[in-house]
Amino acid sequence: MQTPVSKDILTTLVVSAILIWLAPYVIGTYTLTVLIIYGMLGLSLGLIWGFGGILCFGQGAFFGLGAYTYAIAAINFGESTLPMVLAVLVPATFALLLGAMMFYGRLTDVYLGVITLVVTLILFKFINSTAGPQYVIGKARLGGYNGIPGFQTLNVPGNPDAYIWGDAYYYFCAVALVIVFLLVTFLLRSSFGRIAVGIRENEVRIALMGYDVAARKTVLFGIGAAIAGLAGALFANWGEIVTPTLFNMPQSAEIIIWCIVGGLGTRLGPILGAAGLAYMKFLLGQQSTIDNTLITGLILVLFVLFLPKGVVPAFSGLWKISFGRRGFGKMHDTRRKRRARHG
Amino acid sequence: MSLNRRELLGGAAALTAASLLPRVAMAGDVIKLGSILDTSGPFDAYGKPMDQAMRLAVQEINAAGGLLGKQVEVTAYDTQSDMALYSQYGQQLTRQDKVDVVHGGILSASREAIRQTMRKTKTLYFYNVLYEGGVCDRNIFINGVTPAQQVEALVPYAMKKSGPKVYILAADYNYGQITSRWIQKFVAENGGEVVGNDFFPLDVSDFGSTIAKIQGVGPDLVIAPLVGGAHLSFFRQWAASGMKDKIALASTTLGVGNEQKVLTPEEGDGIMVAYNYSQQLDTPENKAFKTAWAAAYGSSDNIHETAVSTYQGVKTWAKAVEMAGSMDRDAIIAALESGISIDGPGGKITVDPKTHHAVLDVHLMEFENQEMKVIETLPQRQPIDTQAVCDLASNPNDNTQYEL
Amino acid sequence: MDLSFVFLVEVLYAVATLVVISAGLAVVFGMMKVINLAHGEFMMMGGYATITAVNLGVNVFVAMLVIAPLVVGLIGLVVERLVIRHLYGRLVDTMLATWGLSLFFVGMATMIFGNTTTGISTPIPGFAVGDYQINGYNFFIIVVAVALLVLLFAVLRGTRAGLIARGAMQRSDMAAALGYSPDRIYMATFFCGSALSGLAGAIVAPLVGLVPTSGINYIAKSFITVVAGGPSLIAGLVSSATSFGVVNQVFAFAVSPIMGDVALLVTAVILLRLMPQGITSRFFKGKL
Repeated sequence: MQTPVSKDILTTLVVSAILIWLAPYVIGTYTLTVLIIYGMLGLSLGLIWGFGGILCFGQGAFFGLGAYTYAIAAINFGESTLPMVLAVLVPATFALLLGAMMFYGRLTDVYLGVITLVVTLILFKFINSTAGPQYVIGKARLGGYNGIPGFQTLNVPGNPDAYIWGDAYYYFCAVALVIVFLLVTFLLRSSFGRIAVGIRENEVRIALMGYDVAARKTVLFGIGAAIAGLAGALFANWGEIVTPTLFNMPQSAEIIIWCIVGGLGTRLGPILGAAGLAYMKFLLGQQSTIDNTLITGLILVLFVLFLPKGVVPAFSGLWKISFGRRGFGKMHDTRRKRRARHG
Repeated sequence: MSLNRRELLGGAAALTAASLLPRVAMAGDVIKLGSILDTSGPFDAYGKPMDQAMRLAVQEINAAGGLLGKQVEVTAYDTQSDMALYSQYGQQLTRQDKVDVVHGGILSASREAIRQTMRKTKTLYFYNVLYEGGVCDRNIFINGVTPAQQVEALVPYAMKKSGPKVYILAADYNYGQITSRWIQKFVAENGGEVVGNDFFPLDVSDFGSTIAKIQGVGPDLVIAPLVGGAHLSFFRQWAASGMKDKIALASTTLGVGNEQKVLTPEEGDGIMVAYNYSQQLDTPENKAFKTAWAAAYGSSDNIHETAVSTYQGVKTWAKAVEMAGSMDRDAIIAALESGISIDGPGGKITVDPKTHHAVLDVHLMEFENQEMKVIETLPQRQPIDTQAVCDLASNPNDNTQYEL
Repeated sequence: MDLSFVFLVEVLYAVATLVVISAGLAVVFGMMKVINLAHGEFMMMGGYATITAVNLGVNVFVAMLVIAPLVVGLIGLVVERLVIRHLYGRLVDTMLATWGLSLFFVGMATMIFGNTTTGISTPIPGFAVGDYQINGYNFFIIVVAVALLVLLFAVLRGTRAGLIARGAMQRSDMAAALGYSPDRIYMATFFCGSALSGLAGAIVAPLVGLVPTSGINYIAKSFITVVAGGPSLIAGLVSSATSFGVVNQVFAFAVSPIMGDVALLVTAVILLRLMPQGITSRFFKGKL
């Protein structure tokens, strides 16, 4: 059922190159950039939830942590290369610790959801109450509700005055997403990825086969957080300000909606779901007859009721029926049948 | 982190169109005024009348023939009380819409989110809100009341009416943090003592434990620089627990959003404040302004401090543009720095050339029967707090917010 | 002495608030194993129902105790028929669907009531204890919480409906085999749960300002309280509300209200790490 790796990479590269080239003719690059960043954030949850079965209510926390790490480090170093690296490492480390605590404690489904939610809320409350002058990391004031504006934005490594912004920043983010996508593809094709899917399907069976389930879940959780952290750092560069709303519950909620709508258990689904829904919100924002939140809510309800697999699996199913070949989003069908059990 | 949630006042439509088209600046047969305000969300009590005031001022300017023979066109964004949207719309106003001037920002957090963008893109920026003082930046003009103008007058008055022990409850962001330091300074100078100082994030709405704690400390006076809809519940809970007749209450923000009309007389009466404007001001300018407002919007009930500041800000800018005779930013700044003044609804208001702040009248007031009764008027107060640290004439490249 | 009494009242009040705001969610979760993430919005609607009724001239207590629960209960009924009943047995899917509903209701309320803070004054005056003043409304909330718990206990323990409900809770297949339609039971349960959420929203409304997004302030706290409580309905609710309420108030007094919230959340993490299935999975086993 698996196609050769080389062919997969080639397809990804060609398709994404065409998309990156064409998209600016349809949507402005400033908006496109943030859609790409959201796509990466969607992918981070799509990986751990869709392939690892870990429903994290706090993916926004890692996103926010990445953004804040970048902002704080960038103010202190006056340069962007090391902060970018830190913005990946800090959320990943945090996730590894949190994940170890949860998975070795054998927390599952709802309880896992509560813990991740609570941790997000703690971070939000903490960051939101750091307006006082005593909250300083190096040269960076945490700023509480104000957030942190005015940090060094992305520059060419080694040359702090050569900023990467505007169209160049769009291409940078797009390439970053393609690279992350390919890395995720490799990961899922590796034995680690296949065992992760196995854990999702039947945790006990994999444990009895002698694999350390808790360790593997923890690592996967950490990888997801690293991707979310990278997205957060990119977002910080795009918005040129980080605020506590990044840690907010609605932010984490939205990521889950993206994954559901795009399609769980696929790599492409969460990316398309994120970019698509974010763009839809943007378009909806231009009219004021119907409230935007109302429509988002309605979409989520309708998807859960009528299209619980999401858009990408549904279309690739259609593709399969029409052309008798595999679609571009690989759906592990057994996943849906077992949905009720681990959910 | 929504891209945008609700109405965008048509602004976003222009944005998409602009991003579809080749990016050519619409060269100028109109003057573009950018506005960026929270007209929805918890701060809309401030933002909505500010938006109306800005539009009223622009209407009046256009009705009188516009500026330099051109009409003024408004590009407005609703930031939905979300600080992250400020930086986003700030970028759009300056980079895509290429407006000539930006009026707006409400919370100090929102001002700091866009101030550097305005400076970088050399877009003249007016912040028309009462605030904590100290911003020193040649690109920005501020006509709101600062602590030296407000707190310095309010503190001795309130302490004289109550006693020397003061408890401060402040909003937990830059405004509350800095303002409470000013309050501490003025309390000390007047021979008083600050016995407690608590900060509350803007979403806190349960003050039960705080009210009990205040009673444990037993101050003579509570000063509350609290901000926004959630914090309004403090004044309700304070009255509900029967504290209002026991400990005096003063605020540096209550009433700015017309809160005296939201609170019942039982909840509000007796709270002491000091601002540049009250609807009860008995001046011909205020009467004319209220009539014009009522003609435009039906009722003049929702006019408040920051709405008047916004109106005065736009009018000051317009006068400077006429004086400069061009839309060149430096020419307009030079005109403003000549110390021009206008007679607004809140009295005479003059640009202070050294600090880009304003010299204005401050009125000591008390809430009475859902109105702000003027007790005493302190004419033409200088922004001495900012003057002490900021001199843009000798140091035009300064770009700091000085804190106490 | 007076201060410690004031402190005690504040602690009781915090516990009572947690009980009141979590009861609706607890009933639905305990009976149906459904997490209703629109719970916060049900509360928000209860608040708006109260404020609207009061503005129309209805007595504030009637509005809070009768109108709000009825209105929200009926909304809950519609929601159950249209959405929830298709998703029984799919925990995550119901969570997501109710999440969607919560967004839907926020949007709806924004369109109807606007995005502005509204509120009503507290209907009970404060009174003095020695040198201290206490918010009289705190006592009202404590009384409501106690009454609510007693009522829940009485219904579940003492009535035939309660017996059936408990039976369906443990073995819905057996209840069905004995001729009680689980569909009907779930419908009734969801109605009761929603009505309780509406009541909670109505009761906290006079204390705090109300905006369409107010629900989010409650959902997390009540969600945590219910889940940490574990399988037993009443014992779980009381035990977790007590632990969280006490921790919250102690830290709120000693440090600041915000630290109180953070302490509550940290306690939740520790509790769940030690007792992954909730408090009543270890203590008070088999109690109601």
